[in-house]
Amino acid sequence: MRVVFKTSYDRDIDLHEHGLDRGKMLGLVGLMILLPFLVNDYYLAEAANTLIWALAGMGLMIAVGHTGQVSLGHAAFLAIGAYTDAALMNAGVPFLVAFPLAGLLTGLFGAVIAIPAVRMSGIYLAIATLAVFVIVEELILLLEPITGGVSGIAAPSITLFGISFDRYGELHNFYWLILAVVILVTWGYANLMRSPTGRSFLAVRDSEVSARAMGINVTRTRALAFGLSSGVTGLAGALMGHYIGFFNYELFSVFISINLLLVVTIGGLGFIQGAFLGAVLITGMPQVIAILRDGLNASVGVDLGSIPGLDTVLFSVILILFIIFEPTGLYGRWLKIRTWFELFPLARRDMFRRHKTYLKTERMK
Amino acid sequence: MSLLEVEDLAVHFGGVKAVDGVSFAVDQGEVFAIIGPNGAGKSTIFNLISHIYQPTRGRICFDGADITGSKPQDMARLGIARTFQNIELFDHSTVLDNLLMGRHTHRQSNFIQDILFLPSVRREERLHRERVEEVIEFLELEAYRNKRIEGLPYGVRKIVEIGRALAIGPKLILLDEPASGLSVEETQDVAFWIEDMRRDMGLTVLMVEHDMGLVSQVCDRVLAVANGKPLAQGTPHEVQADPHVQAAYLGTPEEVAV
Ligand SMILES: Nc1ncnc2c1ncn2[C@@H]1O[C@H](COP(=O)(O)OP(=O)(O)OP(=O)(O)O)[C@@H](O)[C@H]1O
Ligand SMILES: [Mg+2]
Repeated sequence: MRVVFKTSYDRDIDLHEHGLDRGKMLGLVGLMILLPFLVNDYYLAEAANTLIWALAGMGLMIAVGHTGQVSLGHAAFLAIGAYTDAALMNAGVPFLVAFPLAGLLTGLFGAVIAIPAVRMSGIYLAIATLAVFVIVEELILLLEPITGGVSGIAAPSITLFGISFDRYGELHNFYWLILAVVILVTWGYANLMRSPTGRSFLAVRDSEVSARAMGINVTRTRALAFGLSSGVTGLAGALMGHYIGFFNYELFSVFISINLLLVVTIGGLGFIQGAFLGAVLITGMPQVIAILRDGLNASVGVDLGSIPGLDTVLFSVILILFIIFEPTGLYGRWLKIRTWFELFPLARRDMFRRHKTYLKTERMK
Repeated sequence: MSLLEVEDLAVHFGGVKAVDGVSFAVDQGEVFAIIGPNGAGKSTIFNLISHIYQPTRGRICFDGADITGSKPQDMARLGIARTFQNIELFDHSTVLDNLLMGRHTHRQSNFIQDILFLPSVRREERLHRERVEEVIEFLELEAYRNKRIEGLPYGVRKIVEIGRALAIGPKLILLDEPASGLSVEETQDVAFWIEDMRRDMGLTVLMVEHDMGLVSQVCDRVLAVANGKPLAQGTPHEVQADPHVQAAYLGTPEEVAV
């Protein structure tokens, strides 16, 4: 068992209260940086995709996991990010400007639509965000000169300081670019959550009436959280556009919104780590299903590929199982396993007996 | 001089006159209690003072200014802190974070500085932490500092909520039934803390409480209400002896006789 002796308040303020944790985090980042030398291009592209999903998951986590605002419309913010970035770059704006601008504009859009929606919560907010999604989809088709309408738009190849970050030509570089963005956003997110702004998000999530009594402006806080959430999702959308290369509005279907919700719920609502675990699961699942399918086909001769919608059914089953048995998600499961090992052999079964408390988000107040 | 003045306060919910013409004034440094039977309108008076409800009629003055019509989120900045009858803590956060949330009105940083966690944010965090540690020491919450609220016993949560109100650094603290559900020892602790709040922190305390032992022990003056209307006001002894108050608690003498 590990006991942390704290000698100054800084130990609590620091991102990692124990040097070992910081070491592990650095090790993980190091591994991610070295990944292009360890795996082939196929898996590197998959890893890039997972990172993009983790980024989008972090975006949604700010709203759903940390402020208690369910959104079914986050595919719209992915779309706005992707189209803004691609359209700006097609107009000759360099990536270094177009990319942050895509995040900023998506964030502003999110904050603005959040203002009338802030009085809603739970299922009402979910429906309102779904409506926003539908409107954005229509707008994309209407703004054909910019968005290419039904036929779509190409996200140009990225060049920074004369170095190519082309998704196909220089996959290593493209991967590192995504990794850099993900690391920066994760760092900012973790900072946010240890500062007054992040605490005000949690306060609004857990008790609005108390948050007000603390002097927190609930409307403004929710709009800020929703804006940041959309902004980060917009950045992910921009990268997704470059990853796909050429896309139209169909890339950002409502199923993307639902998959994003799965990422944060299965990963662990209210934990930044949850966005990563959820992204690994969501992007890894089709691979696992494909492998299973081939295996079954070869060994038993059962062709699961002939069953349409199998992936969707499996996703749904997993989500339902998680909500019933593990509402804290993969990250919650991991915390329990870790505690068990730390306390070994002292851990008792009922230590993890579930307190039936759900986040307000989950209760669909 | 009175810190809080309530004049002819009333709020009606449809036909229900939850509070109807209540007036009182709480002096600077005083411990003032509102008592009354269940459903008398005590918590509603608190909700009116903290502006969760807007009054149908009447005026609320605090620290020499008319604050009627303010927003609930303005109260902390003015210096009015409160606890809730049914504990309203941030359940998924630790005790420490709950208390730090009480420091919200004292924050200087904006969200961009927070995202970058500039050195100024760290300096500020240390200061907030020092204030919060004073509260933790005062209420002897050291053992629970890093525990999440959801797993804590009822009595501890009640005290954490008082701590969170104190972390705001208020002039006036509203305590809604601070001793309800507490053991005799815990109630005695609450009595000492209220004394200390007044004496050492210079706080003014307005509380709702059913435990007349606690009220007599710590309160200077008491207001009794029933059915939203004031019944009597005075020292705890005077109010307890008042025939109207006795009737409100026990029913009218005839009913008692039956
Ligand atoms: N928002 C509301 N809408 C309708 N009626 C309300 C509302 N708030 C309070 N009331 C009514 O006002 C009356 C007074 O309620 P209040 O909670 O103030 O009583 P109380 O004196 O605090 O009682 P207790 O000792 O049980 O806490 C009750 O009849 C209650 O039903
Ligand atoms: Mg009450």
